[in-house]
Amino acid sequence: MGVVAFVVIAGIAVGSALGLVAKRNPIHAALFLVVNLGAVAVLYLTLGAQFLAVAQVAVYAGAIMVLFLFAIFVLIPGKEETGPDPRRSYRIVALPVGAALLALLAAVVVVGTRGAGSPAPAPDGVESIARLLFTDYLFPFEVTSVLLLAAMVGVMLLARRREG
Amino acid sequence: MAPDSWYVGLSAVLFSIGVVGVIVRRDPLVIFMSIELMLNAANLAFVAFGHRLGSDDGQAIVFFVMAVAAAEVAVGLAIIVAIFRLRRRLSVDDLSTMRG
Repeated sequence: MGVVAFVVIAGIAVGSALGLVAKRNPIHAALFLVVNLGAVAVLYLTLGAQFLAVAQVAVYAGAIMVLFLFAIFVLIPGKEETGPDPRRSYRIVALPVGAALLALLAAVVVVGTRGAGSPAPAPDGVESIARLLFTDYLFPFEVTSVLLLAAMVGVMLLARRREG
Repeated sequence: MAPDSWYVGLSAVLFSIGVVGVIVRRDPLVIFMSIELMLNAANLAFVAFGHRLGSDDGQAIVFFVMAVAAAEVAVGLAIIVAIFRLRRRLSVDDLSTMRG
């Protein structure tokens, strides 16, 4: 049962990722990315990471994708990648490079997981991650808030219209 | 329950697709989305490793990756919008100088 669910969801994730790369319209790409993020959120659930699954939907599929769609609407009203490719010779190597990288990563996964024992017992979900965030990771957690504030101020500076 | 190594393998596949997307596409927005795809693949690997080790540290790291990704997307899209205002075209092949 779990294996079947994994195969189906993984198929959705890989298919939507391929659609993101292959589709010429950026809005289609954004919607494919939403599907992909949703599929990965379900995979988080199957791994027992409920908090991350919810955060994934709220932060990625919600906030970040809305930002992307706004940017698409502002920038390119229906424009797609058209015309001859000026850097065609570079882009032809993309597939071999990607295939080589995938082969390398697959070799690492196969070699690295060979002879792995049974998994350790799962920790108890949201409570333990909250405890972790506010004890061991308290300093990075606070630094994150400073980072978000800095990003917010920087975006306002970048996005304002220059007068005169 | 599928073995954890399958999750890591799926993460490798998604990451590779993201790399191909960054190389192939010309639209900086789609390149950005491919980068998000790669970050997401790395997150999936973190959660799978954490599950294997029976530890929540992987999930905590993914939480920070998400926060950094949100900041990165906001700043990156602002830069893209600023470039578009100056140039009126949006293709990474045109952006070969650091000057406005």
